[in-house]
Amino acid sequence: MTQKIILTFPSEVSGDPIIYELIRTYDIKVNILKAEIQPGQIGTLLVELDAEEDKVEQAKAFFTSRGIATNPVSSRISYDESRCIHCGNCASACFAGALRITPPDWRLHFDPEKCIACKLCLKSCPLRLFSIEFSPLN
Amino acid sequence: MAKTYEEINEKIRQGKAVVLTAEEVAEMAKTASAKEIARKVDVVTTATFGAMCSSGAFLNFGHTTPGIRMETIELNGVRVCGGLAAVDTYVGATDCNPQNPTYGGGHIIEDLVAGKEITLEAWGKGTDDYPRRHVKTLITKDSINEAYLYNPRNAYQNYNVAVNSTGTTKYTYMGTLLPRLRNAAYSTAGELSPLINDPECRTIGLGTRIFLCGTVGYVAWNGTQFHSTKEVNAHGIPTSNARTLAVVGDLKEMSTDFLRGVYYEKYGVSLFVGLGVPIPILDEDLAQRVSIRNEQIETVISDYGDNYHILGKTNYAALRSGEIEVNGQKVRTAPVASLAKAREIADILKAWIQEGRFELSAPVRPMPTGTSVKPLEIRGFKDETGIQ
Repeated sequence: MTQKIILTFPSEVSGDPIIYELIRTYDIKVNILKAEIQPGQIGTLLVELDAEEDKVEQAKAFFTSRGIATNPVSSRISYDESRCIHCGNCASACFAGALRITPPDWRLHFDPEKCIACKLCLKSCPLRLFSIEFSPLN
Repeated sequence: MAKTYEEINEKIRQGKAVVLTAEEVAEMAKTASAKEIARKVDVVTTATFGAMCSSGAFLNFGHTTPGIRMETIELNGVRVCGGLAAVDTYVGATDCNPQNPTYGGGHIIEDLVAGKEITLEAWGKGTDDYPRRHVKTLITKDSINEAYLYNPRNAYQNYNVAVNSTGTTKYTYMGTLLPRLRNAAYSTAGELSPLINDPECRTIGLGTRIFLCGTVGYVAWNGTQFHSTKEVNAHGIPTSNARTLAVVGDLKEMSTDFLRGVYYEKYGVSLFVGLGVPIPILDEDLAQRVSIRNEQIETVISDYGDNYHILGKTNYAALRSGEIEVNGQKVRTAPVASLAKAREIADILKAWIQEGRFELSAPVRPMPTGTSVKPLEIRGFKDETGIQ
C-alpha cells in the first residue's frame, strides 16, 4: 500500500537523518514530495510511504517515538466550498491533478489522494478559499 | 418567416415563448435545420461569468452638513476617484491601496452589494460653498443615494488561451501559468458565450436588456477596445479578442452570487461579473448563428511569457477535452472562468423570460462597424519602461 503523510519535526530532531533510519530499519520505499526542513527549526516533510500496512504502522510508531507528528494529507488542504465559484484557477495551477473542473457539471472536484501539498492552490484561488494546516507537535 | 421583437414580446407576455439556452439550441441543431429552429424557438439565452477588470460602480454619497467638496476619497482605505463633483465617485474594480494589495475596488463593490458597512473618509480644501475639509463615516448601499455598476468593457467576444513557455511561473490575470507549457488557461464560455451567438451584433446594441449580476441591466454602449474587423473563421467567429460590451445596472438590486471581488497573486484586484444576454430568433440567419458548437469556435494560443507571441490555434471542444497540443507538446487545459455559473445564469434568464418577467428590447442604436484597436505609441518623450 502507499500512504501520503505530512511529518512535522520538532526543532530538536530536524537535524537528524530520520528518513535514512526509516529506510534502513523498516525497508520502506519513501518518496519525498515536499520538504521544508532547516536544522534547529520546526520542519515539515510530505512523504509517500510504499510498504506493507504493518510496516507503515511500525514506521508511524517510530515517528511518534521521535516526537514527530504524522498526519494524512487528506485532512490538511481544505477550501470553503460554500464560497467557491468553480472558476477553475486552482485546477489550472494544480499540476498534480488533485483539483479538477470536469464535465458534465464543470464544478470543482478535489481528490485528496493526488494532492502533494504544493500549496499553489492557496496562491491561485482568486477568492483565497484554500487553507493548509499543520498539526501541533505532540 | 421573420419574427419581430413585438411578436416575441407578445408571446413572452402570454407565457408562450419558447426559450432555450445556447447549449440546448446547439444540441437541437444536431438534428434540426436552421429553418426549423427559427420556426420553433423564440429566444436563446447566453451567459458568461468571469473576471472582468474593466468594471466599476458610480456612487453618490449624499451631502453632509456643513457640506464638503470631496477631492480625495477613500473607501475602506482604498483611494477612489475624487474627480466627480462634490459627493460622487467611481470605484474602479482594480482600485487598490498598494500597502494592502489583496483588497480593492472589486471587494468594495462586493461588500456594498452584500449590504456591509463601508468606511468612507474624504478630504477637501474647503470652499465658500463647501467649507468642511474632512469627513469620516460609515455607509451602506441603503444609506447612500445612487449606486450603479457601469462596466466599460465586459463580455469579450472570444479570448486567447494563455500559456507560458519560459522557465519560471507567471502570475497573470489568466491565473497561474506554470513554466514550460505545463498548463493552458482559457476563459470564454464557448458556445454559451453572449457575443459568440450573435457575432455581428445584429440584436445586441445600445439599450439591449440583459441579466447583470443577478438583476436586470442594459447594454449602455459598445465596450472599449471594440474591434469589429478581426479575422473570422469559416463559421463567422473572430478567432481572438474582438467585440466587447459596456453594461450598466442597479448595484442595489445585485447579488453576490453573481458578482465577486477577487485578487490575483502578484497581479491585483478584479471583479467577477455574471452577465446573460437573450438573443431573439428573428430569422433563419440568427437561428444558424445560435446553433454554433464548441468545435466551430476557434481561438489563438498566446504565450504570456513571451510578449503574447501566438503559438497556434485551437477550439473550445479541444480545450474542454482537458488537453491540447502546443508546439508538438501535450498541454493540460483548464478554464479560469466559471461555466457552472454561466449555465446557472443562462437558466435563470430563461426562466425570467418563460415566466413573462423579462421582455426583449430592440437596440436603440446598433454597434459600430469597421472599428479596430490602436496601440499606444510613445512619442515626444524618451521611452523609459521602468521594467525590472
